Amino acid sequence: MPRTDSNQIAKSSPIKAWGINHLRTLIASLGAMTRHPASSFMTIAVIAIALALPAGLFVLLNNASNISIGWDNSAQISVFLKSDVTEKQANRLMKKLRLYDDIDQVSLINKTQALKEFKKISGFGNAIEALGDNPLPHVLTIQPVVDANRPDKIRHLIKQLNQQKQIELAQLDLQWVKRLFAMLEIAQRSIWVIASLLGIAVLLVVGNTIRLDIQNRREEIEVTKLIGGTDAFIRRPFLYTGLWYGIGGGVFAWFLTTLSISLLDNAVEHLASLYNSGFQLRGLSFSEGVNMIGFSCFLGLAGSWIAVGRHLSEIEPS
Amino acid sequence: MIRFDNVCKRYPGGHEALSNVSFHLPRGEMAYLTGHSGAGKSTLLKLIALIERPSRGNLVLDGVNLSNVSNSKVPYIRRNIGIIFQNHHLLYDRTVFDNVALPLIIAGYQHKEIGKRVRASLDQVGLLNKEKSAPITLSGGEQQRVGIARAIVHKPGLLLADEPTGNLDPELSKEIMQLFARFNDVGVTVLIASHDLDLIRQMGSPVISLNQGQLSHNDLDITSHA
Repeated sequence: MPRTDSNQIAKSSPIKAWGINHLRTLIASLGAMTRHPASSFMTIAVIAIALALPAGLFVLLNNASNISIGWDNSAQISVFLKSDVTEKQANRLMKKLRLYDDIDQVSLINKTQALKEFKKISGFGNAIEALGDNPLPHVLTIQPVVDANRPDKIRHLIKQLNQQKQIELAQLDLQWVKRLFAMLEIAQRSIWVIASLLGIAVLLVVGNTIRLDIQNRREEIEVTKLIGGTDAFIRRPFLYTGLWYGIGGGVFAWFLTTLSISLLDNAVEHLASLYNSGFQLRGLSFSEGVNMIGFSCFLGLAGSWIAVGRHLSEIEPS
Repeated sequence: MIRFDNVCKRYPGGHEALSNVSFHLPRGEMAYLTGHSGAGKSTLLKLIALIERPSRGNLVLDGVNLSNVSNSKVPYIRRNIGIIFQNHHLLYDRTVFDNVALPLIIAGYQHKEIGKRVRASLDQVGLLNKEKSAPITLSGGEQQRVGIARAIVHKPGLLLADEPTGNLDPELSKEIMQLFARFNDVGVTVLIASHDLDLIRQMGSPVISLNQGQLSHNDLDITSHA
């Protein structure tokens, strides 16, 4: 056939044709979405909300962890002296402990002074006066030298302190920090569970949207198959549509997260100022935002891939 | 170009649409396929276009045995066939130009080349001034000609038409048939299924007739025997 020769000259090289096809489809699928702005926007908004929710929780959790960072380093050992230890003896012990290599600072909480403060704060002044004797012991607070490489050092120090005969009890005030971290851990896992469920929801939303799209374009798919469109060619616009949904959803989710955080920001700043803290909420960082968009793209593409795989082969010309 | 060799097509449920059909349509020939509705004309065309596969027998198209073609190769074989349908199968959400351009887009032609070829093709069917129109605004005859323009735009070696004049008045029908004859003049193999016997007689090309799935008349064999 002489005709095929002229065909081959005019046709682009396979790789170029492939590139042209991809670019054309990429733009065409975006164009197709803008022709139905309301429904496209709704799909994107659903994806965005599903992503913004775990992203927002993640940001809040990150901020909570940021506040508590360093707290485990500021470990403090409370040393309760025996009740018969006098103030003089307590002072002597304090000076002795200051010489320890492992100890950074020692300060004494005088029991008379402590009682006065307790009366003032607790409001149990009359009840305490009724006791007659001061029930409080002298307390030394010790700031140990923190060596992150040797966490057992502090435990060793506490053991040493507990062996001293003037000391009733030495304990590390770390329990509550541990509890806080355990709670943060639970919160973090909950966010992962929520994020996974919402991720599946995004997958289903995109899959369903693409499935409807495939049904609406049944005629077009049949005709395209009849005039020699390969499965890859037919699949492509749907995959790109899924990708655009992903990109749109990711960008919008970033916007929603940032917006929500900035709405909270004033209130948090006010609360922080009441605690004399300069703490400020930190929003999504740039790389976190980009990661979220990437993840959203992946979900969009995967959702459309599943829909296309399930429904495209059902359509054959007849 | 097309060789049927004892081809049978049995649909699920047992209905045999074609039984032991054998004929040869040489390259560059034009032939009409006639028969009552239900005689198997559409099935025969569907077998050539790989919409259906033969249940038995061999069907060779352009040197390729279609019984052995894998599904992934089907699109590439279809690209050398231009198919025209009775109900046009146009896409109504895009312009005439975009409809005709579809085969070229599938094959990956460059933008400039697409414009040139689409206009040349529309010119051949006399619709050059309608390229920006929506298909729905065109008359039945014009829509059919858009379908023809789409079928020839990528210069296929074979044209298949299934009742292309089914909904048209005699005058328009004749014009369409003459259009096919012109494509045949420049070397395209053409096979047209039609039940319009009067029109076919006027055109003077060889005729293959089907009756209840069997070949009842075949001008092609006579010409090749002669």
